[in-house]
Amino acid sequence: MSDTQETNCFFLDDEAIPFTPGQTIIQAALTAGKYIPHLCYHPEFKPHGSCKLCTVRIDSRTIATEDGQTIKIPGRAAASCTTPAQAGQHVESNIPELLDLRRTLIQMLLVEGNHFCPSCEKSGSCLLQGLAYALGVMNPHFPQYFSKREVDASHPDILLDLNRCILCELCIRASAEVDKKHVFSLSGRGHSKHLICNAESGKLGDTNFSATDKAANVCPVGVILHKRHGFETPYGQRRFDQNPINAHAEQYAPVKEQV
Amino acid sequence: MNAAAPAVKPKLLVATTSLAGCFGCHMSLLDIDERLLDLIDLVAFDRSPITDIKHCSPHCDVGIIEGGVCNAENVHVLHEFRKNCKILIAIGACAINGGLPAQRNSLDIGDILAAVYALPGRGVQVPNDPEIPLLLNAVHPLHEVVKIDYFLPGCPPSGDAIWKFLTDLLAGRTPSLGHGLIHYD
Ligand code: SF4
Ligand code: SF4
Ligand code: FES
Repeated sequence: MSDTQETNCFFLDDEAIPFTPGQTIIQAALTAGKYIPHLCYHPEFKPHGSCKLCTVRIDSRTIATEDGQTIKIPGRAAASCTTPAQAGQHVESNIPELLDLRRTLIQMLLVEGNHFCPSCEKSGSCLLQGLAYALGVMNPHFPQYFSKREVDASHPDILLDLNRCILCELCIRASAEVDKKHVFSLSGRGHSKHLICNAESGKLGDTNFSATDKAANVCPVGVILHKRHGFETPYGQRRFDQNPINAHAEQYAPVKEQV
Repeated sequence: MNAAAPAVKPKLLVATTSLAGCFGCHMSLLDIDERLLDLIDLVAFDRSPITDIKHCSPHCDVGIIEGGVCNAENVHVLHEFRKNCKILIAIGACAINGGLPAQRNSLDIGDILAAVYALPGRGVQVPNDPEIPLLLNAVHPLHEVVKIDYFLPGCPPSGDAIWKFLTDLLAGRTPSLGHGLIHYD
């Protein structure tokens, strides 16, 4: 329209964010150093759009009523990891409504699995925990499921603790797209959905999985763990002890153009 | 009468207890160190391991509870706190999601007792003295049993986190911890 010079900018919480055509909202925001919460997005993989932590509102409007009041009509909610940036778009992320919804999503993830952080090797560098801290999640709110999940220690170098799986499919994507091994998949539906390994026995030790696989190094939470490396970094020096998850948003930005 | 009243605020009455916890949160409360002196200017302790008072007075202002609920006695104590305290705070991982004790929840309670009380050559002898509270089949966080007003996570929360939380609360603010103080471990 009239803002032709702003063709390659959108607005995130009223701040102009430049983007290159084809970039998603989250890619452009992170590149510009603006953090948008996310769990299933990863800079090196195609977006998955399943966790909904990155949900933003697009093009909310404020209208004046006849009696002089103003009313906000919320724009559409969209996952910023799957929605392409568009020029002139007004995107809201850091607003109370969305922060509340994100807290609720985190709480649902925390009660669905068995997240006992004090005994988890990932504690201190876990994205779920780090995000919960940044959002100020003080309690799980919902009753715990106490679901029964397996621990698979059959692999010589990797421990699989499914108690903490959030079904983000990052390991599945990494194993298929990068390692070309297809070691992982999801099975079941609804609350019985779970991660499975591509072996007749179902055991990770009977697959061709290796600790150097990309899939062995992408899990955002404490499921795919390297044996003999637990609790190596002392309390106080771990990733999110140092900086909150939302500091240095560029660390999550795509390294090069996504295909 | 009002005109003669001294301008000293009455101390808040605080009760504390440990249910299925390890007393680590209480140790951390002592870790606020010399600030304990500031604290006791503002609060008086009622039922608590610190005072050894056995039951809550009827009008406690704040109840601080460590540990989840793992046996019948825990349920009774928790109800006593809810009945007598205006504000209940769940402190620590165990109070908030069951914590370490809740890791038994995926196992059958009968199997656990049989494994723990199997004596070599003498079979299984589970203690059954009526004084011993009966175990629940699963460990539960406090908010699954009574309404909890505030949650202070950590395993345990640091002395600094406890201090920030309590001073916020005593000043009438919603407690907020922020980076470095909010911890689940
Ligand atoms: S995976 Fe993260 S949230 Fe879950 S127990 Fe481990 S540190 Fe805590
Ligand atoms: S194992 Fe980790 S990476 Fe794989 S789906 Fe579960 S949480 Fe995601
Ligand atoms: S990051 Fe998970 S839906 Fe966008």
